[in-house]
Amino acid sequence: MNYNVNEKGYYGKFGGAYIPEMLYPNVEALRQNYLKIMAEPSFKEEFNQLLKDYVGRPSPLYFAKRLSEKYNTKIYLKREDLNHTGAHKINNTIGQILMAKRLGKTRIIAETGAGQHGVATATVCALMGLECIVYMGEIDIARQAPNVARMKMLGATVVPALSGSRTLKDATNEAIRDWINNPVDTHYIIGSAIGPHPYPDMVTRFQSVISEEIKWQLKAHEGRENPDYVVACIGGGSNAAGTYYHFLHDENVNIIAVEAAGLGIDSGESAATSVLGKEGIIHGCKTLLMQTKDGQITEPYSISAGLDYPGVGPMHAHLSKTGRAEFMSITDADAMKAGLELSKLEGIIPAIETAHALAIFEYKTFKTDDVVVVSLSGRGDKDLDTYVKYFKL
Amino acid sequence: MNRIQNKLKENKKILSIYFTAGYPSLNDTVSIIQNLETSDVDMIEIGLPFSDPLADGPTIQASSSKALKNGMTTEILFNQLKDIRKTVSIPLIIMGYFNPMLQYGVEAFCKKCQEIGIDGLIIPDLPVDVYSEDYKSTFEKYGLVNVFLITPQTSDERIRFIDSISNGFIYMVSSASVTGSQSGFGDDQKYYFERISNMDLKNPQIVGFGINNRDTFKQATQYAKGAIIGSAFIKFIAENTVENIKQFVQSIR
Ligand SMILES: Cc1ncc(COP(=O)(O)O)c(C=O)c1O
Repeated sequence: MNYNVNEKGYYGKFGGAYIPEMLYPNVEALRQNYLKIMAEPSFKEEFNQLLKDYVGRPSPLYFAKRLSEKYNTKIYLKREDLNHTGAHKINNTIGQILMAKRLGKTRIIAETGAGQHGVATATVCALMGLECIVYMGEIDIARQAPNVARMKMLGATVVPALSGSRTLKDATNEAIRDWINNPVDTHYIIGSAIGPHPYPDMVTRFQSVISEEIKWQLKAHEGRENPDYVVACIGGGSNAAGTYYHFLHDENVNIIAVEAAGLGIDSGESAATSVLGKEGIIHGCKTLLMQTKDGQITEPYSISAGLDYPGVGPMHAHLSKTGRAEFMSITDADAMKAGLELSKLEGIIPAIETAHALAIFEYKTFKTDDVVVVSLSGRGDKDLDTYVKYFKL
Repeated sequence: MNRIQNKLKENKKILSIYFTAGYPSLNDTVSIIQNLETSDVDMIEIGLPFSDPLADGPTIQASSSKALKNGMTTEILFNQLKDIRKTVSIPLIIMGYFNPMLQYGVEAFCKKCQEIGIDGLIIPDLPVDVYSEDYKSTFEKYGLVNVFLITPQTSDERIRFIDSISNGFIYMVSSASVTGSQSGFGDDQKYYFERISNMDLKNPQIVGFGINNRDTFKQATQYAKGAIIGSAFIKFIAENTVENIKQFVQSIR
């Protein structure tokens, strides 16, 4: 079984580029050039240099001793939270800003949910001196205020998305409309492994540095490159795609994907796409998405802005349908508890997105000598207000 | 021969009107169509509302969400239209996004269109290559004209390809924008209209996006076979009754 994208842009039956003609010239130019550009020695050099000196890579692979003791297994945390700007998102924005420059683009747009991708985009735009416009749902602007302030300080314009559920889906709609209106000078930096081909593959490749590092880091810790499990939370699926990438074709490595159940799978307030979703088209790709019988996209819900999305990237839809990955869903309440637990046991305050991945240990038992690597996709600074209110701290 | 193809043979400039089905009220669909026909419009695009209309500006977005709130569904639209051919003979096109059609089943959707007497489809997010590989034969089996968009950024080579697989008209998007922009037409559009007109395509072109009054209609149809009005009509119908549609049409030509 092949879990990578094929030449036509599909993962099994998922993927493709279902875009209006207005977007075709830009998406096609990207499709024709992205692999060529990524293979250029000067691109690789600049990308790697920035990941090292600017982002602070490699990010540590940390053996979480007290957490491991509690759950009686070996838990390693891949510390993407220690990257510059506080999440994995910057790996992708560094790659895409270099791509945009080589494509001759001068204006950058992005969507953001939690604001981590917006901050990461605003950061690389400041670094390169490019104009930056970030679309963000009105609800998310309120619940992720610190990140809105950071984007503004970095010189970006934050435009509220006022339609639909006023969250990530709607911010993505607005970004796509902006690109339709500005086809010549603008590059759209999509922040997850979603969108029309080649975006899911391009974002995955930029994020694949996560699993590339896990391999040699785990070798140093455990004398072997492959863990028994890799675990990541899934919004659109970029930290997950990067965490799985180099293990996809090694069936001895079990893959666990963690979605947001919101108030519960059957509550009507959820974002657990693999359970509630059906094959369809969202934001330019064929994938699993939450929709009515009639094909209208439904409004998702999660306490975590970054997981509050009614679809998953096409690679993950394929991993789900083929059974290669085990999908679990975690409620708001369980995620919040896991976030607090990691803070108390390891002195690490995780993003609420990430906390979903950590909550699986309450539901799944691992063997004592299993090596479980969890993607610690981001830090919780942006979520302090939510944590404080939730736990009345 | 299909009603669209017949209409395009007439020696006149085509005025096509887009409206969102289920807006302003759920059951306005049939009376809007009837009044458009008696107002001497040439062709009608019935918008099947979608929750996330990526290529549309605020006016059509708002009409779509209102239509969905009113309860519009694919099934209801087909039911409203089931006897439409007893009263009107104007060419009818359904314009909608691909996901609702995919969920209905593309073949079932096309079959239903043929039963009702729909003449063509415009599906902005069904790309040309997917259509030609997977769906062209289905559309043809049910006698449906499929209409593709081109924009000022579409290359000559791609326009020729689109022309080769089209069997009605080419939808010429007037400028790089979503629907409903108000900027009017300048030198860029003129150059683009001329460029396309000089390509001598086998399919006539009809201009859409940004046509909102007599001037823009006139400018567009100077080069093209016709023009499509959407957002401006939606705004009109929000503030006027269905019986006043004639006034709107008279303000255009
Ligand atoms: C810390 C963190 N983790 C995870 C996600 C979810 O995105 P993805 O599934 O693309 O990794 C986000 C998105 O904002 C995030 O900020």
